[in-house]
Amino acid sequence: MALLDVCGISDWVKEDGFNAERASVDKVNHFNFAAQTPELAVPVGVDPAEFLRPLVDSEEGVDGVKINLEHGTTTLAFKFQHGVMVAVDSRASAGSYVSTQMFKKVIEINPFLLGTMSGSAADCVYWERVLAKECRIYKLRNKERISVSAASKLLANMVVNYRGMGLSMGTMICGWDKKGPGLYYVDDNGLRLCGNMFSTGSGNTYAYGVMDSGYRYDLSVPEAYDLAQRAIFHATHRDAYSGGTVNMYHMRETGWIKVSQEDVGDLYHRFFNEKK
Amino acid sequence: IYDRAITVFSPDGHLFQVEYAQEAVKKGSTAVGIRGKDIVVLGVEKKSVAKLQEERTVRKICTLDDHVCMAFAGLTADARIVINRARVECQSHRLTVEDPVTVEYITRHIATLKQRYTQSNGRRPFGISALIVGFDCDGTPRLYQTDPSGTYHAWKANAIGRSAKTVREFLEKNYTDEAIATDNESIKLAIKALLEVVQSGGKNIELAVIRRNQPLKLLESKELETLVTEIEKEDEAEKKKQKKST
Repeated sequence: MALLDVCGISDWVKEDGFNAERASVDKVNHFNFAAQTPELAVPVGVDPAEFLRPLVDSEEGVDGVKINLEHGTTTLAFKFQHGVMVAVDSRASAGSYVSTQMFKKVIEINPFLLGTMSGSAADCVYWERVLAKECRIYKLRNKERISVSAASKLLANMVVNYRGMGLSMGTMICGWDKKGPGLYYVDDNGLRLCGNMFSTGSGNTYAYGVMDSGYRYDLSVPEAYDLAQRAIFHATHRDAYSGGTVNMYHMRETGWIKVSQEDVGDLYHRFFNEKK
Repeated sequence: IYDRAITVFSPDGHLFQVEYAQEAVKKGSTAVGIRGKDIVVLGVEKKSVAKLQEERTVRKICTLDDHVCMAFAGLTADARIVINRARVECQSHRLTVEDPVTVEYITRHIATLKQRYTQSNGRRPFGISALIVGFDCDGTPRLYQTDPSGTYHAWKANAIGRSAKTVREFLEKNYTDEAIATDNESIKLAIKALLEVVQSGGKNIELAVIRRNQPLKLLESKELETLVTEIEKEDEAEKKKQKKST
């Protein structure tokens, strides 16, 4: 079109947009969320992945600026004979500044589904709330609760549309559905793994150490509570970006319960007094 | 650019395009569906083919997935489009939800698709009604019917197409717990229902069944012939009994 040429943007804009666009009647729904909604639309002519790559991937960054996308937190979840244990810390940090010690890193999607958050707080909170909305709509349309595998798949499909654009999210979707206890790890690359034990965040190595040394499938409920709490505590003890309180949930056949919320300072005294 | 609606309301609240589509369905060959206890049966009237035409290219009973299939009445070309979209949706659902569709879900998808075409620019409604049968994951047998307006309902037994009314009346009289007590009895009920309206017997009937956890099975003409003969014998025995009592 002549006007587009005069403005100099005909390179970016596809001219046959009117006819080429499929009518909404014919669009096949592959559960592709949000990428087409206006509030997260990308301006014409900008490719976010290309824009971000030199800032994140290269050694020296751009003009001396390098963005480190790290998941500063510790979260863990494991399956055992009595269901799924979920434990998280509660510190939110911006670099070396601690923004809050009371951040809720577990989102209660429905009485049978929990999501943990690690990475960018904004990304996690936003996308897991969108997931909660989709789970609710699923239940209304299909008259039964969404399965854990479907919920985690929806989340993975949502974020894969934004691959390379700078999302930072490492989450575990835990629940109990018709197939029994479910635990999936989903991250900002669209990776989705089913497993029996996961830990995410900057403190995950410390948590894995404690969990791996004490884990058995046939743990009793008090033993599992103790193991989960200990693992997060030890991570907060050594990792600067984890701390605050240990929030613990237990996913059972009848739904989840919040087991405890204990300050890591109190836990320190409890655990170190045991040694005496 | 299509910006004009074709399906619009009449002053007395009718969507005439939809009603005309339902007329097109009534011209199509009959299809019947029966929900048994452990089996679901679909039967269709086979239209006679031209001498040079290969018989088996027109299939009115189609699988949508391993555990769901459908029969239709109406415009074959429209049906092909709907069936393709339904098959894609079955796989899309498996991919995103990691579970097979329930029969209700895929019926709802087809019905929603049909409704969208009654409310879109430049498009006319699909001229087909469909009978969708199958088993859900939990083993429950299901039968649903959709029509060009986009509504859908669950049925124990139903018929669509030419002479659907006659067949449905037959089913209302004869669909009893005894009649569907076994798989064989359910199949025979479907055949009997079609024989009411089909000329010259078993040759013009095509029958398919799905049993729980098994794929769709089309009955061979030999099996059909055997069953039709059985039915004819039973009918004669009934008539003799009635004669004796009067």
